[in-house]
Amino acid sequence: MNDLATNSMTSERTQRVDFNTPALQRKRRRRALKDRLTGWYVSIGGLGVLAAITLIFFYLFYEVAPLFQGAEMEERAPHEAAWLAEADEHAMLLSVEEQNRVGMRLDSSGEVVFFDLGDSSVIHRQRLPLPEGVQITSHSVDVPGSERIAVGLSNGQALVFRHSYKITYPDNVKTITPALEFPFGEAPVTLDEQGRPLEHVGLTANDDTLIVAGSSERELHVLRLAREENLMTGEVTLEQEKVALPQIADPIMSIHIDPRQQWMYVLNGRATADVFNLRNGSLNGRYKLLEDGGNRITASAQLLGGVSLLIGDAKGGIGQWFMARDPDGQARLKAVRQFKLAQSPIAGLVPEARRKGFLALDEQGRLGVFYTTSQRQLLEVELGQGAEALAISPRANRVLLESGGALRSFNLDNPHPEVSWHALWGKVWYENYDSPAYIWQSTSASGDFEPKLSLSPLAFGTLKAAFYAMLLAAPLAIAAAIYTAYFMAPAMRRKVKPVIELMEALPTVILGFFAGLFLAPFLELHLPGIITLLIVLPIAILATGYGWSRLPEAIRLRVPAGWESAILIPVVLVVGWFSFAVSGYLEAWLFGGNMPLWLSHEMGIKFDQRNALVVGLAMGFAVIPNIYSIAEDAVFSVPKSLTFGSLALGATPWQTLTRVVILTASPGIFSALMIGMGRAVGETMIVLMATGNTPIMEANIFEGMRTLAANVAVEMPESEVGGTHFRVLFLAALVLLLFTFVMNTLAELIRQRLRVKYSSL
Amino acid sequence: MSDKRNTRTGWFKSGSPWIWMNGGAVSIAVIMTLGLLAVIAVRGLAHFWASDLIQANYVVPGEQPRPVIGEVVQREQVTRERLQGAGLPVAEEGSEFMVRQLLKVGNREFGADFVWVVEEWMQDVTRPRELLAIERREWGNFYGYLLAVRERGQLVAEGEAAWSALQERLARAGKLFDELNRLERVDIGAINYGMERLRLKTRGLQLDDKLTAEAQADIDAQRAEYQAQYRALEDRLAELNQALSRDSILMRTAAGQEVEINLAKVVDVYRPNAMSTTEKLGFYGAKLWEFVSDDPREANTEGGVFPAIFGTVLMVMIMAVIVTPFGVIAAVYLREYAKQGPLTRLIRIAVNNLAGVPSIVYGVFGLGFFVYVLGGSIDQLFYREAAPSPVFGTPGLMWASLTLAILTLPVVIVSTEEGLARIPRMIREGSLALGATKSETLWRVVIPMASPAMMTGLILAVARAAGEVAPLMLVGVVKLAPTLPLNGNYPYLHLDQKIMHLGFHIFDVGFQSPNVEAARPLVYATAFLLVLVIATLNMSAVYIRNHLREKYKALDH
Repeated sequence: MNDLATNSMTSERTQRVDFNTPALQRKRRRRALKDRLTGWYVSIGGLGVLAAITLIFFYLFYEVAPLFQGAEMEERAPHEAAWLAEADEHAMLLSVEEQNRVGMRLDSSGEVVFFDLGDSSVIHRQRLPLPEGVQITSHSVDVPGSERIAVGLSNGQALVFRHSYKITYPDNVKTITPALEFPFGEAPVTLDEQGRPLEHVGLTANDDTLIVAGSSERELHVLRLAREENLMTGEVTLEQEKVALPQIADPIMSIHIDPRQQWMYVLNGRATADVFNLRNGSLNGRYKLLEDGGNRITASAQLLGGVSLLIGDAKGGIGQWFMARDPDGQARLKAVRQFKLAQSPIAGLVPEARRKGFLALDEQGRLGVFYTTSQRQLLEVELGQGAEALAISPRANRVLLESGGALRSFNLDNPHPEVSWHALWGKVWYENYDSPAYIWQSTSASGDFEPKLSLSPLAFGTLKAAFYAMLLAAPLAIAAAIYTAYFMAPAMRRKVKPVIELMEALPTVILGFFAGLFLAPFLELHLPGIITLLIVLPIAILATGYGWSRLPEAIRLRVPAGWESAILIPVVLVVGWFSFAVSGYLEAWLFGGNMPLWLSHEMGIKFDQRNALVVGLAMGFAVIPNIYSIAEDAVFSVPKSLTFGSLALGATPWQTLTRVVILTASPGIFSALMIGMGRAVGETMIVLMATGNTPIMEANIFEGMRTLAANVAVEMPESEVGGTHFRVLFLAALVLLLFTFVMNTLAELIRQRLRVKYSSL
Repeated sequence: MSDKRNTRTGWFKSGSPWIWMNGGAVSIAVIMTLGLLAVIAVRGLAHFWASDLIQANYVVPGEQPRPVIGEVVQREQVTRERLQGAGLPVAEEGSEFMVRQLLKVGNREFGADFVWVVEEWMQDVTRPRELLAIERREWGNFYGYLLAVRERGQLVAEGEAAWSALQERLARAGKLFDELNRLERVDIGAINYGMERLRLKTRGLQLDDKLTAEAQADIDAQRAEYQAQYRALEDRLAELNQALSRDSILMRTAAGQEVEINLAKVVDVYRPNAMSTTEKLGFYGAKLWEFVSDDPREANTEGGVFPAIFGTVLMVMIMAVIVTPFGVIAAVYLREYAKQGPLTRLIRIAVNNLAGVPSIVYGVFGLGFFVYVLGGSIDQLFYREAAPSPVFGTPGLMWASLTLAILTLPVVIVSTEEGLARIPRMIREGSLALGATKSETLWRVVIPMASPAMMTGLILAVARAAGEVAPLMLVGVVKLAPTLPLNGNYPYLHLDQKIMHLGFHIFDVGFQSPNVEAARPLVYATAFLLVLVIATLNMSAVYIRNHLREKYKALDH
């Protein structure tokens, strides 16, 4: 030993290791550098990955945020329009063509000017074919987007025309050629035979009929024109028919006709509307439009589609009215929504051509951008007094205003007016509906369709599916967890846990397909069986337990404690087989041989094959392992000292369980339920495959539902990128994300607190 | 005590009933799981068995007897009332129940290929040995009697001799079909692909204003070469087609109609009633192999699922390559480098919870961010020549893999972190005490020891990814992809291509197919395959985890 020590010391003295040779120093520096680099690399990489994960939140917010932003408007550089200064008549009507290239102006002398919106130069001038010496006294525009205009003349006649734009590409340059068309002939039609000036006109037209109405003094004239085109010669013949209506005694203020050619609204007096039924020539009724006696109507217009009437009043209020059926089946004009611009009288209302929005201008020159369905005011700007005519382009991105002999044009950015918090979650009264409702209907085959984007039915469906799933999963999973953690023999536990883990690993697409293709038809055929099973199974388990306790000890002791589950497996199998075997007999005796039919006929309960029961079973199956593993963990990790203490004091195992173990573990069990709920809410494939995906709000277990997640999966691929529908689907995803994230975080916090508590025990 | 136990109230008071009830819950959960697997396995695997064909006279009361040939797919008991409700002339008298069978009668050109029949009304049920089942490339199965074999319309064999002649000629037709298929898919596919690349190249040069006469001539020469190749192949194609359609067979249906079927349209013929059990087993094996190795036919309701298996595996592999390094780095940072405090704890909880966020949310994120934002920018920067058709700005393999990588990242992070946490402190300190730097300790000691945990995480991630469908529906999985994403055309791995996927295959075939009844067995089989893959992956993860625990138990002491 000593020798060795001296040996080594001598050798050290003879060949001392120098740790500071340049080579070693270099190596050390290199190692230090590498160490630092690794540190940097891991930190940056790790933080980068974590940041990437959080990106998901920010991105979803980023996509959703534009939904709740208002509109923006900015004035474009003005261009002097020399021709406008020369024009001696006031503008009656302004209009913008779809590409925002060409504007149209109509004045009371009947001159139509098409001008370039860029530099305000005249493109085309045309005078309406009016009789000599006749002025335009009134005008009316058909439903937005139709570009049809009727003008009332000072000789009691009316003329209907259309402005249209043809796009050509001569020399590869896009050229828009405006033109006037007279689909119902160039000759004016006579409304007032006595030749008095028409103070107001109204029209509605489709390809072959035109209804035009005019009023002179207090008299109302309505004419129906049927157009027939000879296919061979292209000759157009018109048939005129006068529609006789009961006359009213009040001064008429404006006339609107419903495009389905049923209702005609005549605003008169200070604030009343008479509604005529044009199909049978009768008066539907007189409605008071404004409650306040001192108020009066100052403007009116029809919304896109012509169903709704917008009424602007002298106090800056705008009301939306349409015909809806009362419970007694009578159609009545109803006040649907109320908007408010400011205090001064509304001077003009201009509806959008593609959406249910409108512009309102008051006498102070204040412009408001509104949207009816979402009941939103998106913008309010001051444009100054003296406005004469206002127009919005068909794509709702350009506003044209004539004031004080000059044209002003504005860019309007209003991408998502259809959505508001109220429209998403509350009841909305849509046109053609008799009362406000929660509706999700994002697309339809018809063209002038208004998307109905209420998330309520989807949220309801989500919660309904989750509720029925939890109804099955919560008791089963918690009972199973308690048994596994507290009573089960370890040998059996080792066998059961992998089975449950396998249950957790099953892809949901498999559960969904199984539910949709196997379970749904099976349950429809064996509905009484599932009810029998629910009743008989607990009884059978109890009976088995009791029977077991009465068995002679010789047999009883052969199976050690903690193996009750194994004994019960054949029992459950037999009861299951029995329930479904008697199902047919029960159905034949009690339910007339067909229980789904019996339910809908005798009980009035609707039955879908793919219903909430199927979803509950399948999704319950998916959720059980989640709840189970966390609850089992919570019960299992209750300190043994507690249970031993309780047992030593003479409590039975069951008493110990209920009074000590479960009480201690209850936060853990609660967090297990929350995590299970979170999973059930976000589950997609099972619901997609096992329900009919109809967005209804019915709690009935035998009807289907549509959930937020399934809805996203179905509609996302076909929604237009960046559109309102697209963003609302992002909102649905965000709602899901936030809901599950909050649920899971709470559950996790509860569990962590529990862990601290256990460790202190 | 024992007295008390033996009375009923005593038994109730002891709480035993509740213990039994809790035990029952475990039994129910176990039965549900195993039962589900059993149903899927039985239904999926039974599909490949050559079940007997029956011939019978179906006599609906009050109607003409109708001869039918088919295989019984399903039998069930229903109440008389339900049958009456379905509009069948069921007699009022008799037992409550009747048995109805679902018969696969094939021959889709004559009507529905599945019919429900009432067993009572089936008369003279026989199983003639010479009944022939034909698997066709179109129109599903055909059942009937073989009358004759023809070559270009000329009779070759009749009666019993026809059967052997048919088998011989079918083998020849099969070979020709394979060659034809290869020619169309591989050779002509490559030419088409080459031509498309030339078109894009021309367009790209045009955009950059670099399309010189020289370059144009070069491209034209290449194009001419492709066209020459194509013409040669076209001749061969016509020749093969000619040869393939040489033979046909004449069949008689149950109703006595005679039908001529060209062998070009036939995949396989067999006489199930004449097969012995061994033959059937052999047939079963062959069908099973066909299922995993063949392309789908008939809107995915027949044939195999090979492209779906291939797509799933490839996508998951790419995902694994992405997720492992990132997951491990994040975990190493969190555990080894980050300062442990409330913030780290919060991050840990958040990462943990992201694993519980619904997968569809990741799908939405993938579609919006990866496909439209990232993919759209990539297209603008690098694929201007392909506009207006998007290259990466549309769902595809890369985005599917990336979305799944984000989805499974929390799984890998959590698992790796757990592995790192399990490594005893003394081992790290030992390494540091010996003079190793922190990074050396990390690379040489900590990460190798934690590698089984990373492996577990990776396997769990792969298992989760393989079974996930909802997000994939948005980011790149389709019903039918024309080519595999990995093939012989440069650049061999096509990250921009859409892929087929086993899980989506189940959804699509089971729920969006026009002929659900015909597709059903295949859906079960596909589901069984998917369960098998995922169960294997999970079991191996569990095994590795348990193994790992044993190992560290030894270290702890």
